[in-house]
Amino acid sequence: MSPAAFVALAVILFVIGGVGVLVRRNALVVFMCIELMLNAVNLAFVAFARLHGNLDGQVIAFFVMVVAAAEVVVGLAILMAIFRARRSASVDDASLLKW
Amino acid sequence: MRADGVLAITHVALVTQETVFWVLAILAVVAALGMILARHAVYCAVLLAVVMLSLAVLYALQGAPFLAFVQVIVYTGAVLMLFLFVLMIVGVSSADSMRETIRGQRLAAGIAGIALLVLLSLMVGHAAIGPAAAAGPGYGASNVQRLAALIFGRYVFAFEATSALLITAALGGMVLAHRERTRPKLTQREASRQRVTGTHPTPLPGPGVYAQHDAVDMPALLPDGTPSELSVSPVIARRPVRTEPEPPSLPGPPGAASQEQVTTPAGPAGDEEDEQR
Repeated sequence: MSPAAFVALAVILFVIGGVGVLVRRNALVVFMCIELMLNAVNLAFVAFARLHGNLDGQVIAFFVMVVAAAEVVVGLAILMAIFRARRSASVDDASLLKW
Repeated sequence: MRADGVLAITHVALVTQETVFWVLAILAVVAALGMILARHAVYCAVLLAVVMLSLAVLYALQGAPFLAFVQVIVYTGAVLMLFLFVLMIVGVSSADSMRETIRGQRLAAGIAGIALLVLLSLMVGHAAIGPAAAAGPGYGASNVQRLAALIFGRYVFAFEATSALLITAALGGMVLAHRERTRPKLTQREASRQRVTGTHPTPLPGPGVYAQHDAVDMPALLPDGTPSELSVSPVIARRPVRTEPEPPSLPGPPGAASQEQVTTPAGPAGDEEDEQR
């Protein structure tokens, strides 16, 4: 299987995640779409690692996973704090800084 | 003869690889599309789990078994379960409203998505990605050892920084999710006093006691046949409650109940219910 097919799949998944981030209103779903984009990038990293025949891409993908885990912890905690304060998980309702 | 056998085996392996790739690729894309289209956040989480598991198999297909397992354990096992926990706390009922709040936003998002797809496809197409190079020493049985050598060798500083990041994230999560108690905790005496002097001294009716089902989202039927809203937890009651027509044969005394309804709901039970409201 050529790496190009994997990269193409990664591109498609990345675009789907990006459209989801733009379209959805629920902050949790927006977060899930960001995770989808990170996963797509990981797939591309692994495909490029296979393309070059070495393991650096896999190491980078591993680091991306670790950073994504940390990001999810903090992001979900922020979402819960916002939900406690405003009783809503919609991205439209968090508009306190608006003039 | 032996070479022929090896060739046949590699051919079979290639065909298997292609089949697995296409099946999983289609599955992943369909699940991802479903994820951005599904209304309920729980469906989105489950569909995202499908995408992540198929990506794990695709990693294994590309000679990254360690990453495949990390994907299953960290992403599907930890991250997605965290998502589901927060979904249960924040509220399953937080279904997305499909109403556009910004005019033309969905159209603009679609156009932006297509533009991004075209841009990335052109970029990848121009890159002329050739066939895979000969697999290095890290592809095969020694994948984990080679990865460990890389992580603890060339990338050791990044790895150490990652540990600091993880500790910071754990602290941040604890601080952000922590809630200060704004009033003192009720003692047992105060709680019992509040209950006796409150509006409802007896325990609340259990859900589904006299109803057809004993599911927690079915309100209990009062003796006069009306559903009691007190019997369903307000968290569950926010969801659309199934309403079924009155069954013709109730296990209780059906004649009395219907008679009660026909005349006036002014029996002792009805009075009590009214007072409670």
